[in-house]
Amino acid sequence: MSVDATTVKRIGRLARIRIEENEVAAYQSELNAILGFVEQLGEVDVSGVEPMTSVTPMELRRREDAVTDGDYPEKIVANAPLSEDNFFMVPKVVE
Amino acid sequence: MTDLTKLTLADARKGLKAKDFTSVELTQAYLDAIESANPSLNAYVAVTPEQATEMAKASDEKLAKGEGGALEGIPLGIKDLFATKGAHTQAASHILDGFKPEYESSVTANLWRDGAVMLGKLNMDEFAMGSSNETSYYGPVVSPFRAQGSNANLVPGGSSGGSAAAVAAWLCAGATATDTGGSIRQPAAFTGTVGIKPTYGRCSRWGIVAFASSLDQAGPIARTVEDAAILMTSMAGYDPKDSTSVDLPVPDFAAAVERGVKGLTIGVPREYRMDGMPEEIEALWKQGLEWLKAEGASVKDISLPHTKYALPAYYIVAPAEASSNLARYDGVKYGLRVSGKDITDMYELTRAAGFGREVKRRIMIGTYVLSAGYYDAYYVRAQKVRTLIKRDFETAFNDGVDAILTPATPSAAFGVGDEDMNADPVKMYLNDVFTVTVNMAGLPGIAVPAGKDGKGLPLGLQLIGKPFDEETLFAASRVIEKSAGLDFSPTRWW
Repeated sequence: MSVDATTVKRIGRLARIRIEENEVAAYQSELNAILGFVEQLGEVDVSGVEPMTSVTPMELRRREDAVTDGDYPEKIVANAPLSEDNFFMVPKVVE
Repeated sequence: MTDLTKLTLADARKGLKAKDFTSVELTQAYLDAIESANPSLNAYVAVTPEQATEMAKASDEKLAKGEGGALEGIPLGIKDLFATKGAHTQAASHILDGFKPEYESSVTANLWRDGAVMLGKLNMDEFAMGSSNETSYYGPVVSPFRAQGSNANLVPGGSSGGSAAAVAAWLCAGATATDTGGSIRQPAAFTGTVGIKPTYGRCSRWGIVAFASSLDQAGPIARTVEDAAILMTSMAGYDPKDSTSVDLPVPDFAAAVERGVKGLTIGVPREYRMDGMPEEIEALWKQGLEWLKAEGASVKDISLPHTKYALPAYYIVAPAEASSNLARYDGVKYGLRVSGKDITDMYELTRAAGFGREVKRRIMIGTYVLSAGYYDAYYVRAQKVRTLIKRDFETAFNDGVDAILTPATPSAAFGVGDEDMNADPVKMYLNDVFTVTVNMAGLPGIAVPAGKDGKGLPLGLQLIGKPFDEETLFAASRVIEKSAGLDFSPTRWW
């Protein structure tokens, strides 16, 4: 499988990465080189094989559903590019 | 006075205990070395001298009273991927500009608990994506090694290139690193240092900037096998904050170093004999087996039939996980923000400006293989192949193999700005062909310097172990280290 220019732009939109028109061709060839490389996986007989979900045989631990941490909003927003009254500030999303 | 920076970590520890010198003196020696070397090597992206001196003073007080932990007063470098409270933590990326976490990663917290001193943050490939340390926003790290008769700059490998270069060039007593596909072992092999990626779950991933969560593991890079074992013992341990961290006791790894290999069976996988592999690497591999045999191990040919599919499967699984993990960098919570006409525009412009080319490429591949209509064909198939890769190893271990010996890398270090590698991403990816299988199967793997190529550049061998049997790896790699008996110090040019 290989990707065309339209697909490159669509992936860019899905990934929320602006791809400029003059970058499309280079991305297309790089992505196709990688997709060409992984194509050999098609040779492997995977019938009846379970996909891996965990490399170590372990059950995911659970904890009590209780508040164990928090109550420091000023630390949460300390690294924000823009914040006010311990809220993250973003451009208006609802008209 | 002897040059304190040249001591092994184990010897520095003895010297501190015997009060031959203080941690402040040792720390200052490293800070001076960094100041003079870093303009040439670019191994550190941030040096924290005030913090280092403060920590060293606190250690000296404990040492004076005959107290202190296993690493009391030992100065370490920390890969920029580990969150360190109030200090530069940017995964060597532009998108995390100015980020100073309010918390400490569990692995570094363990090191400080045991008395270690932080010298600063080490350069790396951006978000640990690379095999040459050239994708860093802060520029490439230059290896302290040069080919005989050449002035050309070589790469230290990646992604933990800053860690490997700093350890080899005596800019820290040891360093933390991380390994998702070979990022500890490949740079260790390129710089004549020892690097171990422990079993998945041995070290907590909490507070380490995530790349591919099912593959990422922390580990040390050090100048000797013993030093690596000492660091590993402090870094490892159960952490309730990482649900994949394993609740197993941590052995004293250093106690296993001189255990020897008598009676062990070492597997030799025929699939690691690659076409076009340099003859000196093939010869070194044979030599490694001879050394282990001479110390009482037996050698057994084995087959790991799905080896060649590990790298392609990795380049589906790792980018897929990365595309999810890196979705959090959106210009809202931390780091860089580029304003746009609306919020989507802001996201897209921020991510376009903040991520480097290799990172963007991998996010795009990951987005594609997870997108509707392609998920089964790519991602699910790759995870099935991963099951088969793990099964190959299980079969070998069930047949009585205790550890597996392979080359660490298919070549010695290459040049900074290598045109072939830069023109073709897949060529760069092939650096990890011998190491990536280990991450896919969650196993421990160690790279140990074993020889030099025709130009005097270090070459490493890799030992792969059973889950949670890092001790055998330390014992066997010590035999190789001792048998090789070579000095892997770079000749100082910087």
